[in-house]
Amino acid sequence: MLRKLLIGTALASGLAFAAHAEDVKEVQMLHWWTSGGEAAALNVLKGDLAKEGYAWKDVPVAGGGGDAAMTALKAMVAAGNYPTASQMLGYTVLDYAAAGVMGDLTETAKKEGWDKSVPAALQKFSVYDGKWVAAPVNVHSVNWLWINKAVMDKIGGTEPKTFDDFVALLDKAKAAGVTPLALGGQNWQEATMFDSVVLSTGGPDFYKKAMNDLDEESLKSDTMKKSFDNLAKLVTYVDPNFSGRDWNLATAMVIKGDALVQVMGDWAKGEFHAANKAPGTDFLCYRFPGTDGSVIYNSDMFGMFNVPEDRKAAQIALATATLSKSFQSAFNVVKGSVPARTDVPDTDFDACGKKGIADLKAANDGGKLFGSLAQGYGAPPAVANAYKDVVSKFVHGQIKTSDEAVTELVKAIDDAK
Amino acid sequence: MSSVATTQIKLTPERTRPRVSVRSRLQDALPKLVLAPSFAITIVFVYGFILWTVYLSFTNSKTFPSYVITGSRAYQRLWRWTFDTDPPSSWYTSITNMGIFGFLYIFICLALGLFLAILLDQKIRGEGALRPIYLYPMALSFIVTGVAWKWFLDPGLGLEQTLHQWGWTSFHFDWIKNKDFVIYTVVIAGVWQASGFIMAMFLAGLRGIDGEIMKAAQIDGATTFQLYRRIVIPLLRPIFLSAFIVLAHLAIKSYDLVVALTSGGPGGSAWLPSNFMYEYTFKRNEMAVGSASAVIMLMTIVAIIVPYLYSELREKPR
Repeated sequence: MLRKLLIGTALASGLAFAAHAEDVKEVQMLHWWTSGGEAAALNVLKGDLAKEGYAWKDVPVAGGGGDAAMTALKAMVAAGNYPTASQMLGYTVLDYAAAGVMGDLTETAKKEGWDKSVPAALQKFSVYDGKWVAAPVNVHSVNWLWINKAVMDKIGGTEPKTFDDFVALLDKAKAAGVTPLALGGQNWQEATMFDSVVLSTGGPDFYKKAMNDLDEESLKSDTMKKSFDNLAKLVTYVDPNFSGRDWNLATAMVIKGDALVQVMGDWAKGEFHAANKAPGTDFLCYRFPGTDGSVIYNSDMFGMFNVPEDRKAAQIALATATLSKSFQSAFNVVKGSVPARTDVPDTDFDACGKKGIADLKAANDGGKLFGSLAQGYGAPPAVANAYKDVVSKFVHGQIKTSDEAVTELVKAIDDAK
Repeated sequence: MSSVATTQIKLTPERTRPRVSVRSRLQDALPKLVLAPSFAITIVFVYGFILWTVYLSFTNSKTFPSYVITGSRAYQRLWRWTFDTDPPSSWYTSITNMGIFGFLYIFICLALGLFLAILLDQKIRGEGALRPIYLYPMALSFIVTGVAWKWFLDPGLGLEQTLHQWGWTSFHFDWIKNKDFVIYTVVIAGVWQASGFIMAMFLAGLRGIDGEIMKAAQIDGATTFQLYRRIVIPLLRPIFLSAFIVLAHLAIKSYDLVVALTSGGPGGSAWLPSNFMYEYTFKRNEMAVGSASAVIMLMTIVAIIVPYLYSELREKPR
């Protein structure tokens, strides 16, 4: 009886293995784009691949979020069961490449001319040791203001050009009885806003030195202290109930007119679109005051794993489709971000998207395209999280002064390095 | 095995006994056979991985496990963070929160559970309907409890907002948004969930007390308070111990409650060591530090459980 059972189990698992070896015309994809707009954007890619005869298979992730997906990916890679590709962010790609589990797309990249069309700042994360290991899907930028136009008209505000203008505008909103600044008090949202504050306070060169090169002198400089003071100033304009709020609820406050402005990455635009709001008439998108011409970015990448030979064709098809101009345009129109290559026509994009594409091109040409530290594109995760800790503790009062904040920042970053 | 049995049959004159012995031997072995898989699984997946975690905590593991032993750097960092009180390091916050949460959660659950059990034990009408009402929160997962209480305690949505609408505008309760008080909201939600279960444990204990003793005490003129203070509560000692163990392990492993209720709290002020462990191992790619904190958590539990097991095992022979 026991033996029969054993044989049965062995047969069944053998069959399972056999079935596994046949999946050649199939793309196995690990991602966490499950919400309405994101799923719709991804369907474009599924359609493109289906035309070439490749089936799409989602790798299921329990829990849904990026963290759960990364845990699942870690387990799959540790077990030697690589997906064709996985949605990945910034330094994660490089970590996996250093562990030697990523594939090599250099040939395809050469044929398709990615070297020229993808911004160099992005290539830092998609090319490891001279080899293309990931296909960037989009570029998000972080230094945006999202403003409710009706409220703006009511208080008679104009586009703020400097940080002081911005504070004056927030004062006007406060006087009119509207919550001036919609903020979600979670550490990544606070740190994302602080990215923009640092760029605005210190300028592009300072941002690069402090937030990308982690130069200690810059991190404890007076400019950094001033940045923390400016952040403290902004935090006085949030409602008392902000702590722990999700980012999309903060966006909803602006959409409904309960709040004037949110400082958030361009994924916030998706929320406005979902609420049937149009740029220019219902809401306004400005660069964070004092950061015009520079772009703080983060980007979604499809990391390509070192799959067996019989699955490589599917992988190349996926990578080619991902970076094709038609998909880049169609996907990013829906997602709210801008294309990861600078030669995609902007005809299908709305006013904010057009501005985003132009800004990205200008920033790339002018060397003012910087990785967002809060979003994990400025430094490895350990450092980025230490930074988020300090900013969040400053916002919530565990760290009381800007002097203390810069000391803590240097200490935390040193610790994490 | 069967070949051995047949040779035995030939050798022995009585034909029935060996057969029985094969069967009985099989019967003897059956529990071991049945238990073997789960035993092996436990050895590997519990004790094996405990050892693995201990090993990892002495390596330089970052994103992926590394097997190069680099000494106790992870422990040194945790030790240093233990004394970083101003501003509080995440580790300091986690362990002080564990102290506050652990003590209040266990103490209030025990006190409230005992109190409710004593009230329910007064032979009241409708006890059968009341008991499940108190017990049901235990049937919910921590996530559900966390989300429900998150909405209830949110000043803009729940209790405060409702009372403001009813006209009590001076009412103010924003603990869940306050870095110094957020851990107490975790206690509130935790107590709400577990105290009914503890009540059921105490109720079972109270029902097990011999009525004769109570009567004897009453005849001797003991007041109700004395009755409970001197007789009932001392008799409930084993229940206290069991309830304490149940609550202590619930307290140490509560991770989901903090996440669902506070998503870490303002500036990470609601973290417990389990949150710290997950955060460092999986989000910050500092697996060595995460493992070291897990080992420290394990040691804490061992420090509680071992004396308990010791006292339990020693009492048995008597």
